[in-house]
Amino acid sequence: MTLMTEPKKTAAAVDEYSIVKARHPGRWISAAVIVLLGLLLARSVVTNPNFGWETVGMYIRDVSIVRGIGITLELTAVCMLIGIVLGVVLAVMRISANPVVRTAAFAYVNFFRGTPVLVQLLFWYNLAALYPSITFGIPGVDLDTNAMITPLTAAILGLGLNQAAYMSEIVRAGILSVEHGQSEAAGALGINRLQTMRRIILPQAMRVIIPPTGNETIGMLKTTALVSVISVPELLYSAQIIYARNFETIPLLMVASIWYIVVTSILSVGQFYLERHYARGGQRSLPQTPWQQLKRFMRVHDPLTLKGAKK
Amino acid sequence: MSATILETGATATAPAPMIKADAIRKSYGRLEVLKGIDLQVQRGEVVCLIGPSGSGKSTLLRCINHLETIEGGRMWVDGAVMGYDLKGTKLHEQPHAKICRSRVEIGMVFQHFNLFPHMTVLENLIEAPRLVLKEKRSSATARALSLLESVGLADKAKAYPRQLSGGQQQRVAIARALCMRPKVMLFDEPTSALDPELVGEVLKVMKDLAATGMTMVVVTHEMNFARDVADRVVFMDDGHVVEQGPARDVIGNPQHERTRAFLASVL
Repeated sequence: MTLMTEPKKTAAAVDEYSIVKARHPGRWISAAVIVLLGLLLARSVVTNPNFGWETVGMYIRDVSIVRGIGITLELTAVCMLIGIVLGVVLAVMRISANPVVRTAAFAYVNFFRGTPVLVQLLFWYNLAALYPSITFGIPGVDLDTNAMITPLTAAILGLGLNQAAYMSEIVRAGILSVEHGQSEAAGALGINRLQTMRRIILPQAMRVIIPPTGNETIGMLKTTALVSVISVPELLYSAQIIYARNFETIPLLMVASIWYIVVTSILSVGQFYLERHYARGGQRSLPQTPWQQLKRFMRVHDPLTLKGAKK
Repeated sequence: MSATILETGATATAPAPMIKADAIRKSYGRLEVLKGIDLQVQRGEVVCLIGPSGSGKSTLLRCINHLETIEGGRMWVDGAVMGYDLKGTKLHEQPHAKICRSRVEIGMVFQHFNLFPHMTVLENLIEAPRLVLKEKRSSATARALSLLESVGLADKAKAYPRQLSGGQQQRVAIARALCMRPKVMLFDEPTSALDPELVGEVLKVMKDLAATGMTMVVVTHEMNFARDVADRVVFMDDGHVVEQGPARDVIGNPQHERTRAFLASVL
């Protein structure tokens, strides 16, 4: 249709055309609304005296708070370690050829996933009421439960065993994501089942396992706050002890929250690089780090040369 | 092609056949895919298995290295029953570790290459020699590099499989199997997943390998390759060996009606 009218115009007029970019008034309005709301929020955070920023500043590096962070980190690390190791074992059990082994793993996962972790923690904490002494059924072994199950061991058992149930599902999904041809090729080369799992299947499953595991680690860091109910002096409990004394509840909750955000942010960065490491061979090139992305952005949108979208 | 593949070639002096299938039976559920297969492959012989899809040729190949269990018959490889201990008339299933040991002698190349994507080409080659043969990294690497050179991929040792073309990946897969110094090589439709222009490079490597005296069993749809390289062609249909003989005879002058129909449809 345009072609029909075009020839009537002179050829020289072609150069006079220019492109007018579409306007997006909606984008400007929504951006303005969000900025406005953000400013209002920031103003209230700064001006509301109940936040008690001075108190926050006073306690942010308090000795007992820092010690609490230490325990939170230790708990997270130990419980995730138990969760991952036991989770791999459970995942391998779930795909075993032996139906009893398979069912046992399923029952474990079902039990720990089916009860609230808070209830599990309380159970471990009160284990002495259930079994006053632990013998493991071995003659000569008689351990006092109360002496063995300190709040910290109860916390580690509760969180670690519960985490194993979730990790086993993640690991199992990872193992199942690896093509069957891989174990066949390994088998044809004479590589035995255990070595195939360790050297061929699990490294490839990592690509699927790592992202949700990072997620779980961050979740675990926050879940450790639950063990404050069995008086383990981690970050939240340490803050609670202080505000029970000075009644500065909100500022001390802010202190704890700030530390939780700082640590989870650091873990997120670690997760990115871990994922990048296990992406080897998965794609033709590795995903870019934020720094590489920034460099690329600067190259493309160089305001000095205005070369535009040239590479 | 360098002398490397020559060294991995089997000696053609011993009288017993390299592979002897005795009335092999195999079913998937109610479907019987191998209905009593007899087949012999002599040392140094190149045998091509041809036939329509579903005829059981890939299953038969996978029975040779016990990737598939069998329901009847016996599979002899290099004078021993594969996958079972023969005691009197009873065939006792072997433990997996023993099967793994027998598989060392049998190289296999798959339709979809099945390279390990998280390892470089070199790591793919030396993984099994290191894990299974407990070989030192240096000696495995030396052999792997010369094998890569012989398949024309010396410059790709540090590449990851996904950075290679299909033809290159399959050549790596052949080198990986040869790195275990097998006595016999099995090929399961090695060129079926390749773009047409990449088929030639893989067939050339296989042809060179055959020239070194390696015992080879090849499931293939490449009739030209079968005619030029195979000593013998075995035509299978519906779980039976229908016809077998020298490649030129079976492909050039098929005796059986079903062979003629099949060849007419693929040539």
